[in-house]
Parts: sequence; C-alpha cells; structure tokens
Amino acid sequence: MERLSGGDMLIRALQDEGVDYIFGYPGGAALHIYDAIFRQQRVQHILVRHEQAATHMADGYARATGRPGVALVTSGPGATNAITGLATAFMDSIPMVVISGQVPNALIGTDSFQETDMVGISRPVVKHSFMIKHASEIPLVVKKAFFIATSGRPGPVVIDVPKDTTDPSELFEYSYPEAVKMRSYSPATRGHSGQIRKAVDLLLTAKRPVIYAGGGVIQGEASAILTELTRYLGFPITNTLMGLGCYPATDPQFLGMLGMHGTFEANMAMHHSDIILAVGARFDDRVTNDPEKFCPGAKVIHIDVDPATISKIIAAEVPIVGPAQPVLTDMLALLRERIEAEPALLDRAAHAHWLEQIAGWRRQHGLDHGLMGQGSNGAKIRPQAVVQCLYQVTGGEAFVTSDVGQHQMFAAQYYHFDQPRRWINSGGLGTMGFGLPSAMGVKFAYPDAVVACVTGEGSIQMNIQELSTCTQYGLPVKVINLNNQALGMVKQWQDMQYGGRHSSSTYQDSLPDFVRLVESYGHVGIRVTEFADLEPAMREVFSAKLRDRLVFLDVSVDPEEHVYPMAIKGGSMCDMLLSRTEQS
Amino acid sequence: MRRIIAVLLENEAGALSRVVGLFAQRNYNIETLTVAPTEDPTLSRLTLTTIGDDRKIEQITKHLNKLIEVIKVVDLTEGEHIERELMLVKVKAVGAQRAEVKRTADIFRAQVVDVTGSTYTVQVTGTSGKLDAFIHAIGELSILEVVRSGVSGLSRGEKVVSL
Ligand SMILES: Cc1ncc(C[n+]2csc(CCOP(=O)(O)OP(=O)(O)O)c2C)c(N)n1
Ligand SMILES: [Mg+2]
Repeated sequence: MERLSGGDMLIRALQDEGVDYIFGYPGGAALHIYDAIFRQQRVQHILVRHEQAATHMADGYARATGRPGVALVTSGPGATNAITGLATAFMDSIPMVVISGQVPNALIGTDSFQETDMVGISRPVVKHSFMIKHASEIPLVVKKAFFIATSGRPGPVVIDVPKDTTDPSELFEYSYPEAVKMRSYSPATRGHSGQIRKAVDLLLTAKRPVIYAGGGVIQGEASAILTELTRYLGFPITNTLMGLGCYPATDPQFLGMLGMHGTFEANMAMHHSDIILAVGARFDDRVTNDPEKFCPGAKVIHIDVDPATISKIIAAEVPIVGPAQPVLTDMLALLRERIEAEPALLDRAAHAHWLEQIAGWRRQHGLDHGLMGQGSNGAKIRPQAVVQCLYQVTGGEAFVTSDVGQHQMFAAQYYHFDQPRRWINSGGLGTMGFGLPSAMGVKFAYPDAVVACVTGEGSIQMNIQELSTCTQYGLPVKVINLNNQALGMVKQWQDMQYGGRHSSSTYQDSLPDFVRLVESYGHVGIRVTEFADLEPAMREVFSAKLRDRLVFLDVSVDPEEHVYPMAIKGGSMCDMLLSRTEQS
Repeated sequence: MRRIIAVLLENEAGALSRVVGLFAQRNYNIETLTVAPTEDPTLSRLTLTTIGDDRKIEQITKHLNKLIEVIKVVDLTEGEHIERELMLVKVKAVGAQRAEVKRTADIFRAQVVDVTGSTYTVQVTGTSGKLDAFIHAIGELSILEVVRSGVSGLSRGEKVVSL
C-alpha cells in the first residue's frame, strides 16, 4: 500500500472522488494542502479573490453539473468568509464540500492566530461537518463527506483540517474506500407504494389540478419523468424560482413561475385548484403568501426526499417521502395502467374547461413577452426588455445566473428555460454577489457553453473583484448589468410600504464607470443608454468576434420600474398587485 | 403538551451540540436534557422533554432524525412509558424542622443522603411531577439548593429503542 502524508491523502482522495476543480484561497493553516496541490496535476486549483466567491463558484459548478463543487479556504477569516456561500448552498440544497484549514490540534481552544471554531460557526448552515482528529481518518472522512453532500436531500459539508494532520513529514497508508455505509444515515431511495397508489387515486378525482414543481426535481434529476407525466395527464404546471427549467417553459401547459412575483395565471390556478401535486418544492413563504389563506379548496399531494419538508407549512393529504425520479416513475406507471384500463377515469372535459379558464387569466394579465417589438417611443429602456433581448439573442440556450433584486425577478419572469440546470440563482438565501462567481463556476464546468450573468449595479459590486480571476483564467462569461442606479428591489418596497422614502437605497453619484472598470481588468465593456442600441449591443456581446472575451454590458434601465405581479402581504395567492394602479 | 423524546445517537464529539443547536435554531424549547453513553460505548442515549402541539413535535422529531449522527428518535409520550428523574435537595434543618423534613422525605420515599448540624441533603427519584410536589411540600423558604438530573425514560412493555 502507498504511504502518503495527510495533505497528499486529502488531495489524492479528491482525485479518487473525481474532482476536477477546487476553488480556493491559501493561508497559513492550509499551506501543507496547497503544497500537495502543487505537486500533482489531476485536480486544478482556481485562485479566487475572495473566499465567498470560491464557495459560489463551487456552488455554480454544482448547480450546472449536478456534481459536487469543492472549495478550499484557510482558517479564521478564510473560514468565516466561506459562511455566506455555505448558507447559500444549504438553503438551496446544493451538494458542495468545503475544506477549511484549521490551526494545529495542539493550539485549538487557545485563541491562537487565525483560529475560529469553523465546525461551530458553520453548524446551522451545513448538512454535516467533520473535524479531522488524526491524519489517518482523512480518506474515510472525505468519502463520507461526498456521500452525505450528494445523497438524500443534497447540501454542503465542511471538513475542517487542523494543520498538523496534513504534516508532510508523517506518512500513512492510503486506500480510498469504495463505498461507505453509515448506520445513522440512510436516505429514502423509493417512495412508499401504498402512498403512491393513494396519490394516483386522488389525482384521478381532479377537476382543477395543478402541478407545482421545485428545485428538488432538478436536484433529483427528475425533469424528464416529470415532463412525461405532466404531458401524459395534460395538467397545467407551474415552477418555483428554484424549479425553473425542470419543465420546458415554452410548452403550452406551463404557467410560468408562481409566488410573490409569479405570473397572474400561475397564482390564480394555484388558488382555485382542487388538487395540487407538489414535487420537490417546499411551500416557501415567498410562494404561499399567508399559509392560513393558502389555496382553500385544494388537497395536496407532496413528494419530497426530505420528510421534514412535508407538512411543515401546508398539511399534505398524501405525503410521499422519496426522491422525485423513482416516485414519479412509479406514479406514471400506475397512472398509465389505471387510465389505459379505464380511460374515463380522467375527467378530460373538466380539465379542458380548467385550461380554458387559465388561458383566460393569462389573456387578462399575463406577462407581455413582446416588449422588444414595441420599441421605446423615446422612453427609458425597460429592464424586462433587456432580458427579452438576451433571450432572443441567445436563442434561449444560455446558462443564466443571477444576483438578487429586481433584475433577478425579471430574468426569472422573462427568460424561458426549457432545460434544467440552466437557471442558476440564490433562491433561498437571496445572496447578492452570487451571480458573477456562480457564472464562473458554470463556465469552468462547460467551457463551450454560453454563460450570462444577469445582475444589478448593486449586486455586481458585491463580488466584482472576481473580474480579476476571470482575467487570470481567461473566462469569457457575459455580464448583463441592469443598471437602475439603485438598490431597486429595496426602493420598490420603500415606494410601496414606506411612502417613497428611499432610505439608503440610492447612490447615483458614486457609481463606478463600469466600462472603464472592466477595461482595467482587461475585459470588454459596452454601455447602452438608448433602446435603439440595445439589440445591436446584445448581438455584439454574444458575437463570434468576442467569443473568447469577458464582455460587460452596462444597460441604463428605467429606475422607476417595479416588479409585477407582486403578492399583497398577508393575503392569499390570488391577492396580487398587477401594476402601480391595478390589483387582482 | 409536554413530550418526552428519546434519541439514540453516535457517541461522537459534536453530536450533542448539533442536537442542542437544532433546538435553538428552530425556536424549539428544551425543558430538560439528559445524555450518557449506553451499554454500547459507541452510542449515546439522550432523553429530552419539550412542550409543543402535535405539529411542532412532528417537526422536532423529523429534524432530529435528519441530523446525520442521530440513529433513532422516539416520542415516548405517544405510548405507555416510564419516566424518572433524580433530585438532590439541600434543606435548612434546625430544631423542629429536622423531624419535619425527615417525615416529608419518608412520605415521598426519599432518602437523606447527607447530614450536617443545620442541613439535610435529600435524594428524591420519580416523575418530574413528584419532584415538583416534594419541593412544594418542603416549602421554598427552607430550600438551600436543588439539583435535578432531567428526565430519563423508556417505553413500557417489550418495545425498545435500539439499533
Ligand atoms: C448580501 C445581501 N445584502 C442585502 C440584501 C437585500 N437586498 C435584496 S435586493 C437588494 C437590492 C439589489 O440591488 P441591485 O443588485 O442593484 O438589483 P436591483 O434590485 O436594482 O435590480 C438588496 C439590498 C441581499 N439580498 N443580499
Ligand atoms: Mg440596481
């Protein structure tokens, strides 16, 4: 058997786990590990400019590929800088392994230089964490960490590595375990057949059904089977912010996103439904509005791999614990069997009537996807039009990452995602600063793909230093900055709830010249202030000529724009503001 | 409603802090908590009491189960169960009080386990309710110090919480 130091074992274990990239930043406690990285070629280390960005890159990589992302940070400030990225991944159930250097075991607890209790400080925002006590544990701990991060409901795992356990002068026998079995951890792998039968019985009684699908479908690789089942039944379907792309957005059965900034028709359909099939969605407060008033006539079938999510907010009539893919597969087989034997089981007349009712809602207050064709009549550029332009120019094929704010909601509303893993945003934690680094993670995973980051001038400044990392690695991501010269979403709330008092939400006079800023990093900057220039500029951003360049498109958009629809606080799902003057 | 929840978990560093952290993080209450290794030194058995309606208790047990180191979670109050708590009480005992304390201890089948010229230390075991009643009977004024172990419990009959 081979004999390796702890540091070499750690990197070797990552190789054996199939890791290709580590996103990280060095420091004293991690230097043995960095030396181990230097002495091998299989795992490439990407040097970031801030540890938060390293975690978001690992996260973006994971969201785009389904494979766990890996980040490496040093102790103390390196570790604390990783917390926001851990929390972001945790809230959205993203598989990630974060390795943090730690002061040597002998110094732990002595307030030594750059010591922080990483296991303690990260505890509420990780799926699990490990502290290496002895170098010989490293292979098994790495194996367990990847197993836990990627199985069941995925999530981030921390491995805290005291410096003495990576000492290059102490060698140990290395072998990487084939598999792990943990008596205390065995996530569900199938749904209960009796529950699936009950769900099918209930689905067959539906007159006004709606399928409500979330990020769990994407994480559970269940998009194809969900699409097949939805088409087979002919039911309307809505996606959460996290679920966009799990069902093709351009399909006529798709109602758009639901929730706080969901479409009128999706929220109306939910509210008036009689049966809701919830798959990999968690009845987040940004979806349900007041849970007491949630969908009064609906019975809920809830499929989730995490039992704690079921009946947490809304009681499920039929709970099904299990991963979406096998559950939906069993469910579709049973539906087929029942309906083929007795076609009249599905009340097609009622469903047709229901779909017509929904189409009516869409005609009444659906989103207007034709803004590009309407010109601007001299008015300021609407941010929605920029997203529509992006959609047209990229042919709907781009990976789109986003930050947090109005621009995020416009991207979610107006870019149609026909495939899973193409829409990448921080839905649960709502982390400004996520967009650029996550786009970089995607670009590392898929160097030939078109990757666009739709951001705001507020959010982009929260990790703008990564433009330097992009220069170092030649990463041609495209940044579309919806520049409204304000913390737009905050300002919108202040317009609506605080009499227009814009407390600390504007900074017009202190914004950088983004074009010169990105040029100083060696990138290409393009500014657009007139509607007529928007489409040509967008075409240039994605032109063959600039294919290998990072291009930053800084678009001055109308600062007065609000995101609509918007749920009315304390109401039901059908209570929405539809514009500055209309409500449902 | 008060519930007694039994948890079997890996006897590993940090496991207990995850259990306690979960309660703080999700705004659940812990009334009492006891923990010690079992006959198998790789396992710890934890008993905690908390207060909540069915929905809250369901959430608590589900979230406990989600912790990677937790092996089993049982709400003992769902069935017939035995609960015990141990309490040591140091009371003022001078003059006529000495006989009074002794008599009260006898009624509660408690034992005097330490004596000085002016104090008795009494050991009482039983349900938490019985321990409360003892304190009430002795009278708060004469109590100098109280230490309670927190509740331990298991199911009646043949049901067991084990691997
Ligand atoms: C790290 C962080 N801090 C604060 C917030 C609160 N917040 C939500 S949206 C927003 C404004 C974002 O401004 P910008 O990026 O310019 O987007 P816009 O809404 O203007 O499109 C703020 C401050 C947040 N989501 N994340
Ligand atoms: Mg802005």
